[in-house]
Amino acid sequence: MAFLEIDNLSKHFFRLSALNRVSLGVEPGELLGIIGPNGSGKTTLFNCITGVLSPSDGQVRFRGEDITGRSADAVYRRGIARTFQLIQLFPEMTVMENLLVAAQEKKGTLLSRLLHREEAEATARAVALLEFLGIAGLTANLASNLSYGQQKLLDFGMALMSDPQLILLDEPMAGVNPTMIKNLVGHILELNARGYTFVVIEHNMEVVMSLCRRIVVLSQGERIAEGTPAEIADNPLVLDAYFGR
Amino acid sequence: MTRGRLSLVALLALAVALSLVLDQYKLYVVSLTLVYVILAIGLNLTLGYAGQISLCHAAFMSFGSYAVAILGQRGVAFEVGLVVGVAIAFAWGLVLGFPALKVKHHYLAMVTLGFNIIVFLVLRNWESLTGGSFGISNVARPAWGPISFKSDRAFYLYILAWAAIVVASAYWILTSRWGRAFRAIRENEMRAEVVGVNIMNYKLMAFAIGAAYAGMGGALFAPLLGYIDPGAFTLDRSIQFLMMVVLGGLGRFEGPVIGALVVTVLPEVLRGSEGLYLIIYALAVILMMLFMPKGLVTLWDLAWRSSRSTTSPSTSSASPR
Amino acid sequence: MTDLIQLCLAGVSIGAIYAMAAIGFVLLWQTSNTINFAQGEFVVLPAFAMVLFFVIFRFPFAVAMLATVLVSTLLLGFGVKELLVSRLLKMGVLPLVIATIGLSLLIRYSLQQFWTPLALPFPAVFSRDPIRLGTIVVSLEEVGNIVFAAVAIGALQLFITRTKLGWAMQAVAQNRTLASVLGINVSRLVTVTFVLNAALTAIAAILIAPIYLVKYDIGVGLGLKAFYAAIIGGFNQIRGALLGGLLVGVVETLSAAYISSHFRDAFALVILIAVLLLKPEGIWGVKEEWSS
Repeated sequence: MAFLEIDNLSKHFFRLSALNRVSLGVEPGELLGIIGPNGSGKTTLFNCITGVLSPSDGQVRFRGEDITGRSADAVYRRGIARTFQLIQLFPEMTVMENLLVAAQEKKGTLLSRLLHREEAEATARAVALLEFLGIAGLTANLASNLSYGQQKLLDFGMALMSDPQLILLDEPMAGVNPTMIKNLVGHILELNARGYTFVVIEHNMEVVMSLCRRIVVLSQGERIAEGTPAEIADNPLVLDAYFGR
Repeated sequence: MTRGRLSLVALLALAVALSLVLDQYKLYVVSLTLVYVILAIGLNLTLGYAGQISLCHAAFMSFGSYAVAILGQRGVAFEVGLVVGVAIAFAWGLVLGFPALKVKHHYLAMVTLGFNIIVFLVLRNWESLTGGSFGISNVARPAWGPISFKSDRAFYLYILAWAAIVVASAYWILTSRWGRAFRAIRENEMRAEVVGVNIMNYKLMAFAIGAAYAGMGGALFAPLLGYIDPGAFTLDRSIQFLMMVVLGGLGRFEGPVIGALVVTVLPEVLRGSEGLYLIIYALAVILMMLFMPKGLVTLWDLAWRSSRSTTSPSTSSASPR
Repeated sequence: MTDLIQLCLAGVSIGAIYAMAAIGFVLLWQTSNTINFAQGEFVVLPAFAMVLFFVIFRFPFAVAMLATVLVSTLLLGFGVKELLVSRLLKMGVLPLVIATIGLSLLIRYSLQQFWTPLALPFPAVFSRDPIRLGTIVVSLEEVGNIVFAAVAIGALQLFITRTKLGWAMQAVAQNRTLASVLGINVSRLVTVTFVLNAALTAIAAILIAPIYLVKYDIGVGLGLKAFYAAIIGGFNQIRGALLGGLLVGVVETLSAAYISSHFRDAFALVILIAVLLLKPEGIWGVKEEWSS
């Protein structure tokens, strides 16, 4: 049984078919890459998995449990976290507060969150995460005051706060300078070695080829190829999708 | 004692001292301001912190007022009436919270506005219960056996005690994880949901608690005036609370206090100008919005910043910004 | 039966005036996200202007009318837009809402203080003499109001659907960002909308002055009716506001005649609850997509 199973997933917007019977599986501990030209449905796929959108058809199963169409917060609590292509943070809250929000809702009940005020553990975890990511010392800054790269790292950090089992990264390298890219790649590899499963959407081919051992290619809402980086690089269908005839 | 606690105690002492110094009318104005502070805190929770527009806080207020008045007529103790009023307001807040989940901003404004009108019309027409347009007079002030809060001074202190409780409880809620969740929803609802915040639960709570505070304000309002009629709970009144919260500073803890003070006291201060006072007040409102759209709390911030060195703001939820 | 028809006509007549105020209100919301709490006062001010030009200065009617519309568009159109809206729009909906509340208070109490707290009589624009149409008796005033309002609203509709500027307005109403990316000067369009609203409220003022009398506080009820009409009819469509206004007028007139004052309120209540529960976007409103 695969860790994450996507079974004939489809998503239509009126007459536009954003996803058309896409199936794929993710093994535990894997580092899967998803590539494809713009508009191929990659982010829509993430949105359907994480509950931001409800799929029109098909199934999503995580660790054997059917999570199709569940709300985003339910999916999060089951252990799937994600980042966004366009950075989504809480701009007028501090870095620490951004991270604490990402930690506080996973456990407990609504009432316990009102009564239980002990935050030492979550705070320590946040500090450790920031150190790991190399942006320690920014805890008191407002999220909107960070540089683009720092915001990217914060976004990443928020996805890690709840200790998720599956992390979906949507174009983590977009708009990031080469040094930071190396940085991020290093973090992802290290976390993967510790056992976290990743699915990464990326346009940066160098990054994808070096990071991922398996790649799935989407084009116009359909899965057109799958394989190792070497196989994908040579696949005529893939080249066709990107460059056309 | 920390500086914050010390200034709070000083403020409380000042408030108590006022009861000895002010004449009857001024005491009434201050009492009314305290009641409005309670109401504004409620609306600030719903609108300022959770970002849900509510144009029906006068309706929630009326539940408290009429509960106290009607039950008081039947000899029920004031505190019981207050609890009943708060409970009814809380329940209706939950009910109103549901459309808040489904509809966009301006529709929520419609729905809450419609609710306010509906409640007003019901109050005016259900004569057997509410006395219709004539309302209910001689609303009894609380009494604990031999101790009566009937005198203006005593009732002022009674209101002050409740106001202190409300402020403390609001602070407690907003510095908890709930406060952080509310702010997250306000800042980026989608992201909040994706990091596990159950939007429905929190929005419902924001509505219900905000309504409950309004109910409490209403319960204290009735005996302060001594009589109530539906005319006190019109849309105008809800808009007045909206003004308080926006003028004071949305989503800021001091906001509703400042706003309630300005909206209640400013017209009184201007009263001497013979009929021009409403015009000056209206101009003041417009100018305040033009130059301080984030609310008067901007001035408050400036004053604080210049009077003491800047220490880095607390990173925990302990300071509800 | 003839009574019913006559009453309906009377209702449509006053409803048409309400509709104009409601349409302007909806236009402002659509193109600039402005909830104009001063809409009632936007009718009262030109009503007083009309008194000034027609009764005091004794201008001929047409001249007075033009002058009123001009004053209204200058003050309440350009003036309000440049001084208030431009600055406050970018701060979100609420500061502007509060500013319009302040504006309504300002207009209302300035008129009371600096002109008069008393009601000023206004000579009828059309004669009130009855005209017989078969078995039905109407007054020229009722017919005149309907015709006048129909012309104004018809002209507006033509403007919006047949002119380039009108299309630009529709574009801005649907998607402001996209419209500006396509090269539409959104700010200028908002000005146009405010000017149109001021013109609509001025015409409404001229028609309603003989019926309501001109007093500083009639704006309160009028503004509420415009709001109510927009909620019931449909907040995001002009024809919604039109329907809402007409409904308010007809229901008001019919219930005044047939329903005792006791139940009049209940009637309005029931309609409001029904609309909010069954179709919160209004009878002719369009459901807007919201995110999951």
